[in-house]
Amino acid sequence: MSVVSDSRTGTRLRIKASEMRVAEASKSYGDAHFRTDVVKDCSFTIERSKLTVMIGPSGCGKSTMIRLLAGFEAPSAGTITIDDKKVTGPGLDRLVLFQETALYPWMTTYDNVLYGPRARGATNKETLELAEFLLNKVGLQAFRDKYPMQLSGGMQRRAELARAMINNPHVMILDEPFRGLDAMTKELMWEYYSSLYEENRRTNFFVTTDIDEAIFLADRLLIMSNIPCRVRAVLEVDVPRPRKLAEVVENDRANQIKMEALSILHEEAMKSFSRGSKAAADFVEAYSKRMKG
Amino acid sequence: MSAAAPAAALATGRTRGREGSALARRVRRAVVSVVVFVLLWELGSRLKWPWVGDAPPPSAVLKVWLPLLTDPGYWYSWYQSSRRVLTGFLFAQLIGIPLGLAMATNRVFNDLTFPVFEVLRPIPPLAWVPAAIIFWPTQESSIAFVTFLGAFFVVVINVLGGAKSIDVRYFQSAYSMGATKWDVFRRIILPATLPSIFVGAAVGMGITWEVVVAAEMISGGGGAIQSSAGGGLGFFIWNSYIGFSYPQIVVGMISIGIAGYISSSIIRAVGVVCTPWLRTR
Repeated sequence: MSVVSDSRTGTRLRIKASEMRVAEASKSYGDAHFRTDVVKDCSFTIERSKLTVMIGPSGCGKSTMIRLLAGFEAPSAGTITIDDKKVTGPGLDRLVLFQETALYPWMTTYDNVLYGPRARGATNKETLELAEFLLNKVGLQAFRDKYPMQLSGGMQRRAELARAMINNPHVMILDEPFRGLDAMTKELMWEYYSSLYEENRRTNFFVTTDIDEAIFLADRLLIMSNIPCRVRAVLEVDVPRPRKLAEVVENDRANQIKMEALSILHEEAMKSFSRGSKAAADFVEAYSKRMKG
Repeated sequence: MSAAAPAAALATGRTRGREGSALARRVRRAVVSVVVFVLLWELGSRLKWPWVGDAPPPSAVLKVWLPLLTDPGYWYSWYQSSRRVLTGFLFAQLIGIPLGLAMATNRVFNDLTFPVFEVLRPIPPLAWVPAAIIFWPTQESSIAFVTFLGAFFVVVINVLGGAKSIDVRYFQSAYSMGATKWDVFRRIILPATLPSIFVGAAVGMGITWEVVVAAEMISGGGGAIQSSAGGGLGFFIWNSYIGFSYPQIVVGMISIGIAGYISSSIIRAVGVVCTPWLRTR
């Protein structure tokens, strides 16, 4: 357990990090006549106080995996546990940040951040202070009374980070959270998110399709195979923290891991390409360009 | 007196003037729209243009209208129709909104009610008039019932559609933050449906005016005063028709137009106040 404190306000955020295990999990959709295994016999561990990044081509079942981890859906077979307790439904110990914004449009930034505590009837002096602390932390103090529609894409993502963190989840699950942001904002968000993580060392599970994002953020990198979703390889990204984008771009170790990851991803894409997947064809094209560059 | 004060006043006056001029432009356009319409109508009526040629010109209408403005019976017609519209409209909201929300949030309830709802929905409110007259104890209550029906189905359909199209991620994030079902209803479903509720109210208001007028024509207006001006605006039109007073028919029609415009403006204004986040778009 680590403690993050703010000397100015004296706010202290006690952080508990959990570990999640996915064991032989499968998830299929459809009926007996037409059944698709989106996830099949998938096993991996989301290690305590680490930032685990899952990368794989779009449509490989990553979002399904997130719904299983969050407990929105139950696996067809296998088990998912958090600190050795079976996941049976959504719980306060795990929070999901969705693709694109899921801020409530009818609430101001401040009300959005305080949604969780209010919903649980747990608003007290401490949570109100924590809300101020987090709003400051994500740099949205001046935008507290604005509606999400009035915030830029990057601000919306930061507001969502604050809305998640106030609930002090033991595991944060992020589903391509920076997708759709412009390149500049995206890179700023990487550094921003990374420094938040370095500060509190919560257990984070981050899903992406972007290799640069994955390498910059990850402690551990899970490379997925195409449908059915399965872990193809696990790479330890042993690049020192705190990380700065300019440094990581130049870091030989990071680039070496990136090349390794790309070649595995390319191989996976080739396999599904030969099986006739359109998504995989796009992927092969995009990544072979990248490898040349 | 300081020199800065008038300068400041001038500055704010200028900005206010700019904002005011935008409003003034819109008002000017509205006036132009009405004036051109009336002029074309007058011209068409006098020159015996096809179709409009048989309608009384606005000057003749005004000649009949002006004395009516001091006639309490005419205003009583306004009051009668407005009261019926408001009664039907309010009951449609009071019953329609909870029903739509219940149908959207409870599958069993939806399965039990939706088939009956869908069978009753296509029946035009006016087709209910004979049945309403027979089955409701007073003429007043049968008119109110028909008016209610006019708005009811639109309200329910809008609320149902609005509540069903809420982004599933809002529910997922709320539940994972520990929200109870009641909290999700109160702070997610209700505000997310509010814009649809106001759309339903605005459309429903329009239909209640259509319906009340027709119901008054068919049922003879009801109420104690059975003069040409006192049984509601619909009855007013019908009676003018019976009495061959064509300009007065037009007076009744325009009165309804104005009444409908005022009521939908009020709903729009309330809607803007209740959904502040939509103004930021």
